[in-house]
Amino acid sequence: MELNMFMQHFINALGLGSLYGLIAIGYTMVYGILRLINFAHGDIFMLGAYFVFFATIQYKLPWALGLIIAVAGATLCGLLVDRIAYRPLRDAPRISALISAIGVSFFIENISIVIFSGMPRPVVQPPALMRAFSLGGVRLVPLGIMVPVISFVLVGALLWMVYRTKPGLAMRSISHDIETTRLMGVSVDRIIALTFAIGSALAAVAGVMWALRYPRVEPLMGIMPGFKAFIAAVFGGIGSIPGAMLGGISLGFVEIMSVAFFPDLSGFRDAFAFILLIAILLIKPTGLMGEKLEDKI
Amino acid sequence: MLEIKNLNVWYGGIHAVKDTSISIKRGEIVTLIGANGAGKSSAIRSIAGLVKGAKGSVTYTARSGESISLLGKQPEVMVRLGISLCPEGRRILPHLSVEENLMLGAYSRSDRDGIARDIEYGYTLFPRLRERRRQKGGTLSGGEQQMLSVARALMSHPDLLMLDEPSLGLAPILVSEVFEVIKEINREGRTILLVEQNAFAALKIAHKAYVLEVGCVTLEGSGAELLENPKVKEAYLGG
Repeated sequence: MELNMFMQHFINALGLGSLYGLIAIGYTMVYGILRLINFAHGDIFMLGAYFVFFATIQYKLPWALGLIIAVAGATLCGLLVDRIAYRPLRDAPRISALISAIGVSFFIENISIVIFSGMPRPVVQPPALMRAFSLGGVRLVPLGIMVPVISFVLVGALLWMVYRTKPGLAMRSISHDIETTRLMGVSVDRIIALTFAIGSALAAVAGVMWALRYPRVEPLMGIMPGFKAFIAAVFGGIGSIPGAMLGGISLGFVEIMSVAFFPDLSGFRDAFAFILLIAILLIKPTGLMGEKLEDKI
Repeated sequence: MLEIKNLNVWYGGIHAVKDTSISIKRGEIVTLIGANGAGKSSAIRSIAGLVKGAKGSVTYTARSGESISLLGKQPEVMVRLGISLCPEGRRILPHLSVEENLMLGAYSRSDRDGIARDIEYGYTLFPRLRERRRQKGGTLSGGEQQMLSVARALMSHPDLLMLDEPSLGLAPILVSEVFEVIKEINREGRTILLVEQNAFAALKIAHKAYVLEVGCVTLEGSGAELLENPKVKEAYLGG
């Protein structure tokens, strides 16, 4: 393969991978704090894509404004899911919340089919983002650069928030010991809500960029990216934010490069993600950057 | 400052505290002593808001003079009212540094300078913590973790500091060190409610003491009185 061809695949993999990573962060943060797999997370991602679609295509608002609407709308939905479906089950066995999560996911998918109709709708990409240019022989579009850059900036901001601010300190503390954290004066429900808000906002940004990259929206578009992002979170080490990003990017590379180098296998593209999941669970169940979950007093 | 009347607590299906009344005056060290399972921890945990479904009345008089009923309030609210619990088993966050543990204790406050001053104060009380300020809490020894737990509970500037078994698992030399600090904290004007199995150490520093047996108060008096009480001597002080 020629170098410039490879570079094109490289940028492509980085873009797809950082989108998986952004979604994976929502899974990993919620799991880290509540030990809950928020199955509805992929659907929040889908809602983000729909919100930006309606804002920009239907109502002809500028994309920047559409992005804000998508983030605000998806964040609100994420908070509602926590409030309605998870918070009442906080003291219930973990399996109850998990089943509730599956229910919420089906609910959002089906209500979306009813409201938005099941028909995929095309997204008109803003021409400025798609104007191809050449960089050292590699053909690129601005969108291809924007996606990983925005993703990494957001992850950087998130890491700063988690490791340098008070709510971040509370999050890291809750993930180990909820009771003690409450004794310190932390309103745990508020921090959990904040966690859902952050995860949903990042999923919405990913949804918007996804809708630009693969220019269409449909009600079930969140399922596969949701699964893949969950795999990315497990692969990177569930509970770890850098791990989620690393897992996402690894998955992006596996998918894009396998098809690039072995075009015959392109039909198996989705299978690679699941093979990766099984492999990591067999070899290193805590994931690349995961700590052992220890109950130490 | 704290008036507990006819407190009943159920813990895991067991009637752990039965019709217990305890009175704490501002500035005192009050201790609850008793054997394992006597209901001491259940009592203190229900005051801190950690146990649901407690019955009776717990009335707290805040510094402002306002009377507040505590039962049914969330633990995070208690901290803002000036009540802090240093939990049994120390409960240090092992993956956070010593300083982050202290910062967490100050979560209810937002006065940066005051927090920095109080972290310094904690390091003065326990100089070992200063040496280990960047270390992860989980790497500290048991005694150091207990020191950190006490220092952390002080970070919210409590009027009432409750300590649940601070001597548990500590070497005798560390027990006296921790109890010296408890006395010191009390001298600076904080009221202390101390739950202890180490009756001798607790009674020595207590102004007022209650003996709990299977959920009921069976004896009460000043620390000095109970130290001399033959029943207490026989049951808790090794004859």
